[in-house]
Amino acid sequence: MGGEELIQLLTPEGERRQHDDYESTLTRDEILGFYRDMVIVRRLCNEATSLQRQGQLALWAPLQGQEAAQIGAGRALGPQDFAFPSYREHGVAWTRGVPPADMARIFRATVTGGWDPRQYRYSLPTVVLGDQTLHAVGYAMGIQRDGADEAVMVFFGDGASSQGDVLESFVWAASFQAPVVFVLQNNQWAISEPTSLQTRIPLYHRADGFGFPGVRVDGNDVLAMYEVTRRALDRARAGEGPTLIEAFTYRMGAHTTSDDPTRYRVEADVEVWRHRDPVERVKALLARSHRVRSSRFAEIAEEADALALALREDVLAMGPPPATDMFDDVYAEPHPWVEEGRRTLSAFLAEVAP
Amino acid sequence: MTMMTMAKALNEGLRRALESDRHVLLLGEDIGKLGGVFRVTDGLQKDFGEDRVIDAPLAESAIVGTSVGLAMRGYRTVVEIQFDGFVYPAFDQIVSQAAKLHKRSAGAYTMGLVIRLPFQGGIGAVEHHSESPEAYFVHTAGLRVVACSTPNDAYWMIQQAVAHDDPVIFCEPKCRYWDKGEVDLENPPTGLFDAVVRRPGRDVTVVAYGSMVKVALQAAEAAAEEGRDLEVIDLRGLSPMDLDTVAASVERTGRLLVIQEAPPIASVGSEIVAAIQERCFYSLRAPATRVSGFYVPYPASKIEDEFRPSVDRVLWSLDQLMEHDS
Repeated sequence: MGGEELIQLLTPEGERRQHDDYESTLTRDEILGFYRDMVIVRRLCNEATSLQRQGQLALWAPLQGQEAAQIGAGRALGPQDFAFPSYREHGVAWTRGVPPADMARIFRATVTGGWDPRQYRYSLPTVVLGDQTLHAVGYAMGIQRDGADEAVMVFFGDGASSQGDVLESFVWAASFQAPVVFVLQNNQWAISEPTSLQTRIPLYHRADGFGFPGVRVDGNDVLAMYEVTRRALDRARAGEGPTLIEAFTYRMGAHTTSDDPTRYRVEADVEVWRHRDPVERVKALLARSHRVRSSRFAEIAEEADALALALREDVLAMGPPPATDMFDDVYAEPHPWVEEGRRTLSAFLAEVAP
Repeated sequence: MTMMTMAKALNEGLRRALESDRHVLLLGEDIGKLGGVFRVTDGLQKDFGEDRVIDAPLAESAIVGTSVGLAMRGYRTVVEIQFDGFVYPAFDQIVSQAAKLHKRSAGAYTMGLVIRLPFQGGIGAVEHHSESPEAYFVHTAGLRVVACSTPNDAYWMIQQAVAHDDPVIFCEPKCRYWDKGEVDLENPPTGLFDAVVRRPGRDVTVVAYGSMVKVALQAAEAAAEEGRDLEVIDLRGLSPMDLDTVAASVERTGRLLVIQEAPPIASVGSEIVAAIQERCFYSLRAPATRVSGFYVPYPASKIEDEFRPSVDRVLWSLDQLMEHDS
């Protein structure tokens, strides 16, 4: 799976694996923390999918299978760093401290964002594929001009890797040696299109052509994801330029709750990846090598259940905003056409609608 | 008062913006050593350095997209799009990101960003160098759009645009870059979006912007010889539009003629005509009228003078407008 150059520090069976360039120095408690993160985001994601099925969310983009890629990369970020998601990075959002209810707002369709990106140093979901890669490079160019000891991480997928903006962002990051880490989650599917339609070479090889390093990591190995992204962030902060990290993983669920993967892929393929589950391998490691007891795992599962219940309650309590919210924050300074719309709708609502 | 060309006035305005705030950056193709293909940024990289006056790799979407990222970091980037017809690769970043991020972030992100767009024709150029794409941006909530027509306005409006917290599409009539005019280096003329009456008159309100302001004034001179007194309004703000100034004029004259290089359909002129008939229906003595380019791709430049409204075509349309009189 993933070729010879795949960086893996933990096998699907939960065995530690040596690598010439990378070594995990994580403590038992840190690994347990990552395990907790992954269990929680998976549980939250399941709850959100259920909420969508029950008509409480307009849409949800499940992350199942990509927990290690997101938690490993997210936990490598320092508090001073800034990260840009696509729209499936609920795991990264969790590591940045975004409340789960805020992650759900855009999918409840009460807002188009969800949180204050400055508060969490974590930008907003970007639905147009790849646009955020240019924002990340621009932000990184700002860091350079501020002389700050910070780096940027940006997430996108194998589908977005075909977008012009992503390739332009590679050119710019290289030309300006911007302190940015590109995390390409190759989950093998862009809705119904396999990665083979996006590329004829391994995606991480593309970095060579742009003049910066590219590596392929077992995206289902949280230890490897953490070590590789941490190293790339250090490199960026040290002024050594960008890195492309291809997290080789698999989208276990549908693209979104509107998708039906049975139309384009076979269950046998999914089954292969089920044996590479990112959460179970860490559990096996913790149980076998670190003697974490089953009661501790049960506690984490209970904590995840409680968070899922809280998410459900928060989502159900989210009413639609006042209709006139559409006129707020369109501009930083008042614009007469927006205000004209506000007056018209307000008058209509006052006179005609209840 | 100092006499200078519009290109020089923009250069001086950008210089002052760079001096006033270290967060102001310039970004565009060939804007460094070359000084831009129109020399608007001439000498600025030498004086402010390569970190602030940045020669961009040739990728318009990236020029705007990275400027959005810089705005998230608190920078105010003045982007130069080399020619109007090259802005479309950046269209997504402008309308889906720059225009929407303030809203999406509930006001957390401030999109301090100016996109300078040399627009309109009249320079005998090859394809893609003479277009009037302003209506695309006027149509997009979240953007502001302005057009300068004089060196004095160019000097002040570019500084006002840089200081503004919303993304501004800054349209520069490239055929007027080398026209000279007086610039008052001490006092700004008026607000960024205010329309200005360039010539008072009693009979017809003529609204123009960018390159067509000069055509409107020339037409007014010619019409005066025939006893027709045109009031010429330089619109300046395209989003928002100072429709109060236009409406006040139409209330007095009873007639409206809008001149633009852009094709007439769903244009800035369309909006002015629609808004004025809503506001001034009972004051209008003739149908509000547009004199525009045509609904065709911008033509080969050997015939662009027949595409762009000329003084003669404005007068011809004026005759028709006066025949409608009631």
